[in-house]
This record gives sequence, structure tokens and C-alpha cells, in this order.
Amino acid sequence: MRLVILDDYDLASEWAAKYIRNRIIQFEPSADRFFTLGLPTGSTPYGCYQKLIEYYRSGDISFKYVKTFNMDEYVGLPRAHPESYHSYMWNNFFKHIDIDPANAHILDGNADNLEAECQAYEQKIAEAGGIELFVGGIGPDGHIAFNEPGSSLVSRTRVKTLAKDTIVANARFFGNDLSKVPTMALTVGVGTVMDAKEVMILITGAHKAFALYKAIEEGVNHMWTVSAFQQHPRTIFVCDEDATLELRVKTVKYFKGLMHVHNKLVDPVLSIKDQ
Amino acid sequence: MPSNKSVSDAPITQFINCRILRDNELQSEDLWVREGKILDPEKLFFDEQGYADTRVDCEGSIIAPGFIDVQINGGYGIDFSQPSEDVGSGVSFVAKKILEHGVTSFCPTLVTSPPEVYHKVLPQVKVHNGGPHGAGVLGFHLEGPFISAEKKGAHPEKYLRAFKSGGFEDLTEAYGSLDNVAMVTLAPELPGSQSVVRELSRRGITVSLGEPRLATNPSVSALLQFHHRDPGIVGLLTSDRVPAGRTVYYGMIADGIHTNPAALRIAHRAHPSGLVLVTDAITAMGLPPGRHTLGQQVIEIQGLHAYVAGTKTLSGSIATMDMCVRHFKQASDLVLLDDGLTVKATYISGEEVWRQGQ
Repeated sequence: MRLVILDDYDLASEWAAKYIRNRIIQFEPSADRFFTLGLPTGSTPYGCYQKLIEYYRSGDISFKYVKTFNMDEYVGLPRAHPESYHSYMWNNFFKHIDIDPANAHILDGNADNLEAECQAYEQKIAEAGGIELFVGGIGPDGHIAFNEPGSSLVSRTRVKTLAKDTIVANARFFGNDLSKVPTMALTVGVGTVMDAKEVMILITGAHKAFALYKAIEEGVNHMWTVSAFQQHPRTIFVCDEDATLELRVKTVKYFKGLMHVHNKLVDPVLSIKDQ
Repeated sequence: MPSNKSVSDAPITQFINCRILRDNELQSEDLWVREGKILDPEKLFFDEQGYADTRVDCEGSIIAPGFIDVQINGGYGIDFSQPSEDVGSGVSFVAKKILEHGVTSFCPTLVTSPPEVYHKVLPQVKVHNGGPHGAGVLGFHLEGPFISAEKKGAHPEKYLRAFKSGGFEDLTEAYGSLDNVAMVTLAPELPGSQSVVRELSRRGITVSLGEPRLATNPSVSALLQFHHRDPGIVGLLTSDRVPAGRTVYYGMIADGIHTNPAALRIAHRAHPSGLVLVTDAITAMGLPPGRHTLGQQVIEIQGLHAYVAGTKTLSGSIATMDMCVRHFKQASDLVLLDDGLTVKATYISGEEVWRQGQ
């Protein structure tokens, strides 16, 4: 894995956004060959989305030939609800960029047949040629998407009941009223994300530090599902200082020493203006 | 272009770089419009998988709903109360001109007149939508003749009427057909008015209570009369007997002449959601000073004032709607401060009364 450590949240967001930008531009997407991007929601990737919007506004990047697949969506929450992941993606990303709406895929938590919806989603990913880069986050309980502790590490897109930890963590978006937080969600599986050519996990803040420790310094374990990516050929963890607080000094020093290598991935930062 | 055309083929316009007046504040948001209707862009994106065909750069302007003037008696030399053979042309002329003031629909208003005038004028103008040809006509606003003599203001006394026999029949006898009428102003204190009000409401016609205009010194609160034991119309604004879900609306002429800024502020604070700005503009709006006709009377323009000729009775305003909107915004007492909280300038009722360095 690559462990990229930046000083703070803003720098981590910027590094991640530059990486996504470079990957898309290097890929040279076109009408015959779309760049497929897996996307997360939540407070962690917010800064990254802001930077990507900035790059779009300055004319350095376009999402015209990008297809996106979000990781998850709540079950039973009206799509127009301000806390639905559809609302999040529209307000924080899609409405600001030039992506074709037909290419922005999000699981429908209000589908009549949830299982059919999940299978159809896997089908859409396959038809798009698989995911080139899957961006994700990590929960305080070490989950990726809504693959809660105990999820199979080879799971596919399916309905999951949320763990107590997750519901508590999400309560802040529902007026701190636990009874208002959805209890089920549709989520891509650990196996679904593992199928991507490359995985980038964003982890910021001290409250995620223990999960990061469990994910990369302990063994592969279905109780900390992000640990599955130890067995993926191309994983990048992008974090800030606070997220490394539970790691061994040796681990942090080793990867910080590699920053000059990591930074070659984002410097020079490419632009479509130069094409 | 809507990709799946599940709702409509019509082109979509997206207004960018604008500020929208929404939920009582200016928000920096794009506005999406298709076939004259504002779209929910999120629905457009996820349901229709559509996006904009054209983008209009507003360069930071404010987008506000078009102004609706429910009380305008004419303008640019046109007097809606004059029973001509071609009222339609006059209405269309004014409709086109008021687009310049941001007015997108209006109610051509007729002041108290004899029945022959109504019978001749009313059938000539139908309710119709606006467009490049001019603002939309929502229907006539008939102000009078069923208003009381004490509060007649500039309305000619000899044509005022009361409800005699059948109430509503008196109304239809005076006006003729009500097909193109959107609003009627009458005096609720006239005996027999209740059944009339009910019948008008049943037909979808808005009833307006004749405002008690005090036709004297314009610097005194001209539009609102209020006594602590007889709150009158003003009391209605704060009434607790208005049924839930219903709102009492009141019109105010915010031209700086008909209504004292203090009165504007009091009314606004008492009942902000019911305030409707009207121009009550007369024939002379848009014309130079001099003598002009209004209904059955002659009026005289002096500067920004319009009087019944030979008197000091205000006959109506000649402020345009955008002037009223600007004046309303300014009708406030303000202090300009720098970061050190030192007073740089002071405004009372929108007028600068002191500036640092003078």
C-alpha cells in the first residue's frame, strides 16, 4: 500500500483531489472510453469534492467522459431528504460540474425490489468495464461503505442493517435523534470494491485513528473490513496527522520518508488545457 | 437536453452567477427554467437525467419574482377609467411600458365611475398572459363605487353608491359583466356588504376593503388611520380572529408621499407576510408635470405629487413599481459603521442625515 500522510485535512483533501485529477487526465477518457470512478459520501471527502469543483471551474478538468458509481445509499429515506446520499452528491458535487446525469449512478434505496436493485448495480458496473479508481472512506468501526463488522470480505452489493456504532455516528445528521436515523442501507460489497483497478481510502481526524491502526497494522479481519485492502495490488491511504495517532512511530516515519516519491503522483498536476 | 425525455422535450435554461430571493434571503444558487416554470434541478438530474440547453450568465444580479401591480389606474397618458372605443390598446400600451419597471402582471384599475363606463370598458379587456408584448393582465381591479363618502379620498362623490335592495344585484347592475374582474374594492361598513363579499369570494374575485385615505397633509400617515380605541383597518393586520391558514393582505404605496416611512415600518413589523406594494399609479405616471384626466376628474402634477386639480387632495401616485420597491427597501433608519465601530454615516427613513467629515 501507499500511506500518504499530509499535515492537515485541507492538505489531505487537496492531495486526493490532485491524484484523482491526474488519473482522469492521464487516462484520456473519450466517448468510447469512459473513466469509471467509485465515490463516497460523508464529511471526510467533502474537502476533496470542493477541490475537484474548483479544478472544473478553472477549466483544468472535465467530467464529461467520467462515469461515477457511489458506494451506498440509505434504505427508505426519500430521495429528496436533505440527508440522502442523492442529496449529498447533488449539492456537493454533481450540480457544480459537467457530468452527464445518465452517467452518475447511485443505488436507489426506495426501489420496489432491493435485491434486484443491488444486482442491477453490479451489472451496470460490469457493463461500464469495471471501476478504474474507487474512492472510499473508513468508519470509526473500520468499515468500508456500509460493510459493517462481520461483513464477508468477498461480499457483493446488497442490503445491510447498520451497526449501532454507525447509527450513532450518523445521528448528528438527523438532529441527534437516533430514532430518525435509517437502519438499513444498500451498499457495494467489500468484494465489489476489491474488483476495482485501484482503491484510494481517505482517512482524516483523530476519531478515525484507531480504525486506521486496525486496518493497516493488524491482520486482515472481517471485523475491520477496510483491512481487506491489504490484499489489493494498488491501494492508497490518504490521511492527515491526526489519523495516524494510533500507528507505530516506525510506520509513520517510514511512509513520511516516502513523501517525495508519493508527491511525484501529484506534481506536476495535469490540466486538460494543455492537451 | 433532457436525455430520457420522460417529462418534456422543451429546452431548459439555466441562470448562473445569480442571487435568488428565496426564504427571505438572497441565496447564491442557479435557477433552472423550462417552458416558463421553475424546475427542481435535483429532480431534473436524477429522474430525467437532463441538463441545461442554454446558460444565461446573470453576472451577479439578483433574480426576484416579477412584480405584480394590483392597483394601477393607467400611465403614460392612458387612463383606464376613460370609456374609449379601444380600451384594449391603452391597456396594452401601458402593459408594454411597465415591463421597464419590472412589472410582469397587473390589474388595470378603474376608479369610481358611473355604470356606463364599466359597461363599456370591462368587456373590452380579457385576462391574458404576459409576454414580449407586455405584462400579463390578471383582470380588472374595480375600486369603487361602493365605498363610503367619509373615506372617498380622490373618488368623485356623485358616483359613490351604497347597496340598496339586493346587494349583489346592485353590484352587477353597476359593473355589468364580472368575467374579466379580478378584484373589487368596497367599503365593508356599508349595510348589505356582507352578502356581496361572500358572493364575490365564491366567484373567485378578491375583495379589498376600501382603504381609509386621509386626504390632507401627505407627511402625516396618509394610508393608515389608527386610534387606540378604534383600531380600524390597522387593527385587522394584527387580528387574532383571522382563521388559521388565511392571510389578510394589505396594499401600501411606498412612494415616500402616500405613506410615511414610519407607517410602512409599523405595518411591516405588525404583519410582514401580508404586505403588498402597489403603485396606485395614475394616467400621469411617466408623463411630465401639468394637467391630466383621471376617471371623471382633472388632476394636476407638481413634481412627484399628483393632486385633484385645485385642491391639495392626493389623487394617486406617479411612482413606478421599481421606485416603490427601492423606496421600501430604504425606509429604514441606518447607521454605517467601520470596523472600529465608529459611526461613518446616519440615515433616517433612507435619507442621509449625517455623514462623517461634514
